[in-house]
Amino acid sequence: MTELLTQLVLTADATLRISTPLILAALAGLCSERAAVIDIGLEGKMLGGAFTAATVSYLTGSAWLGLICAVLACLGLALLHGFACITHKGNQVVSGMAINIVVAGLAPTLGHAIFHINGDTPPLPSGARFTPLTLPGADLVRDVPVLGSLYSELLSGHTLLTYLTFALIPAVSFMLYKTRFGLRLRAVGENPEAVDTAGISVEWLRYRAVLIAGALCGLAGASLSTALGASFIRDMTAGKGYLALAAMIFGKWRPGLTVTACLLFAFTDALQARLQGVELPLVGEIPVQFIIMLPYALTVVLLAGFVGKVVAPKADGIPYVKER
Amino acid sequence: MAQAKLPGWVNAGLIPALNLLTAFAVSGLVILAMGENPMTAFGYLIYGAFGYGEAVGYTLFYATNFIFTGLAVAVAFHCYLFNIGGEGQAYLGGLGIGLVCLYLGDLPFWAVLPLTVLGGALFGAAWAAVPAYLQARRGSHIVITTIMFNFIGSSVMTWLLVDRLKRPGSQLPETSHFPEQTWMPKVHELAAQFGLDLARSPVNLSLLIALLCCVGVWLFIWRTRWGYEMRAVGKNPEAAVYGGISPAKAIMVSMLLSGALAGLMGLNELMGVQHRVIINFTNGCGFVGIAIALMGRNHPLGIVLASLLMGALFQGGAELAFEMPTITRDMIWTIQGFVILFTGALEHLYRPRLERIFGRGEAEVAP
Repeated sequence: MTELLTQLVLTADATLRISTPLILAALAGLCSERAAVIDIGLEGKMLGGAFTAATVSYLTGSAWLGLICAVLACLGLALLHGFACITHKGNQVVSGMAINIVVAGLAPTLGHAIFHINGDTPPLPSGARFTPLTLPGADLVRDVPVLGSLYSELLSGHTLLTYLTFALIPAVSFMLYKTRFGLRLRAVGENPEAVDTAGISVEWLRYRAVLIAGALCGLAGASLSTALGASFIRDMTAGKGYLALAAMIFGKWRPGLTVTACLLFAFTDALQARLQGVELPLVGEIPVQFIIMLPYALTVVLLAGFVGKVVAPKADGIPYVKER
Repeated sequence: MAQAKLPGWVNAGLIPALNLLTAFAVSGLVILAMGENPMTAFGYLIYGAFGYGEAVGYTLFYATNFIFTGLAVAVAFHCYLFNIGGEGQAYLGGLGIGLVCLYLGDLPFWAVLPLTVLGGALFGAAWAAVPAYLQARRGSHIVITTIMFNFIGSSVMTWLLVDRLKRPGSQLPETSHFPEQTWMPKVHELAAQFGLDLARSPVNLSLLIALLCCVGVWLFIWRTRWGYEMRAVGKNPEAAVYGGISPAKAIMVSMLLSGALAGLMGLNELMGVQHRVIINFTNGCGFVGIAIALMGRNHPLGIVLASLLMGALFQGGAELAFEMPTITRDMIWTIQGFVILFTGALEHLYRPRLERIFGRGEAEVAP
């Protein structure tokens, strides 16, 4: 029984860790799409953030500088996306794909030019990355049954970025639903004409939404390369941006449900790491490739109608053209 | 509309050319930032793509891959469906082609060829069928489902190549070699039979099949009822329903055709060069297809031209990476990304200015 409990706590612990970049990216997509700008480019922005964070952290020895530069780099990519989609009313999916491809090529190219090792960055020393924090008293209560292990294993021992992420969930929710800016942001995604009629700039509102998404992607990227991992590896996002997008769609563009979906994905991911090479009753050992595709298959199955009717923000993906 | 004011050659020639030049200029800045001379780099690129016979052959070989995947994306796009799953569909299509070659490869070439075309098309279409059905009947997001099917397809193929189809005694995740009579004849071999001496290169009969597909797609989209229904649904689903067209059927037709076209990519890569199914043989061609379709304005002729450009970029880029060690092959993706950005998302970048220059005369003529 304690064996099972330990396994459960360890899997839940891994879930929280893995969900960090996913939640940040999904919240980014949420902010952008609530303002009606589709963001397929989450993947590329995250990758760009991860590369910038690892490179700057390695060169300066400061994880914080890496984090700040990752956010700045992603703000730059977000501005590019905004320039194409908002100012020039270009196709948002195309712009996002272009950003993904540019970054997937540019990051290893620059990495090779700077470090001369195959496009990755060298491993980061411990000062240049975010290391797990031990919450106060975690070591004291470790031996208390159940609750002690929950506190010391599950809640304690994550990096600052994970705690920041879970603090950002209510913050983003509050911003969207309780502030005037959030109200306008949601309105611009549903009925931009009304917002325009009220004398508020549709374009500036959307730019701000896209920039918020950029900043969150920067955090997501930094958490990949300087908190979860300890270097930049080419293609290290491995579809997490798309997965975040899927989580947002399951979550019906709402923060709470979106985060739940992220946790579900992270859980399947944590589970697959534990299932590898394990003999299961009835089915035997599952080939590792099938375990790896679990989150993706789950996405398709859930999208096939188990989440009920999904309604996107009404103006999602439609550039706003002012009536003359 | 504002767009109608421009003369045709500005719309179809000057604007794409300007956008393309901008993409190369930005790429040049990146090369400059890495401390290399962009002009020298582009010199290597152009020489590597067109400078000698073998290079031209390689350019055409890559272009063949891109024609298939580009057509695939374009067909779906005419129904306003964003098929990002070309990569997975091409990968699974390759499996279909491989199975035919491995198990029916004893037949003569003229009998094998139609069967492989059928195999590739069927497997590709099958891989597009689930996302298509979900879009048509369940309204789930085709962009997301096709992306997910890329990942799932990759896992399935790895499992098959590692666990089920691996050549006995081999350490590599790949199938046995196809029998020799299933190999696609190369262009220089065909030319030799007519007494022509062309440089050896991997460009093969698949190029002809790809061009035939272009003609077929053109006929299908603009000359058949199904093509018309597809375009009608793409332009305005509500109006199409009012006109007695079923959007669900149109979605299924265009996605299945799209998957089938992507699935044919293996003809060129597997039967032409590899002669076995290897892991990740698609190498991103499915994604390049998106760029090809955008640059080619979803028209078969445009797609051929765009494929030539991308083929040149791939072949020339390999030469560039060889001549300038600072620049790796990843740079090709960067250039390609900028091309997508400027020809696709920022296609209207120069339009307002050009309308001011070229639009005035005709605007006065118009009532």
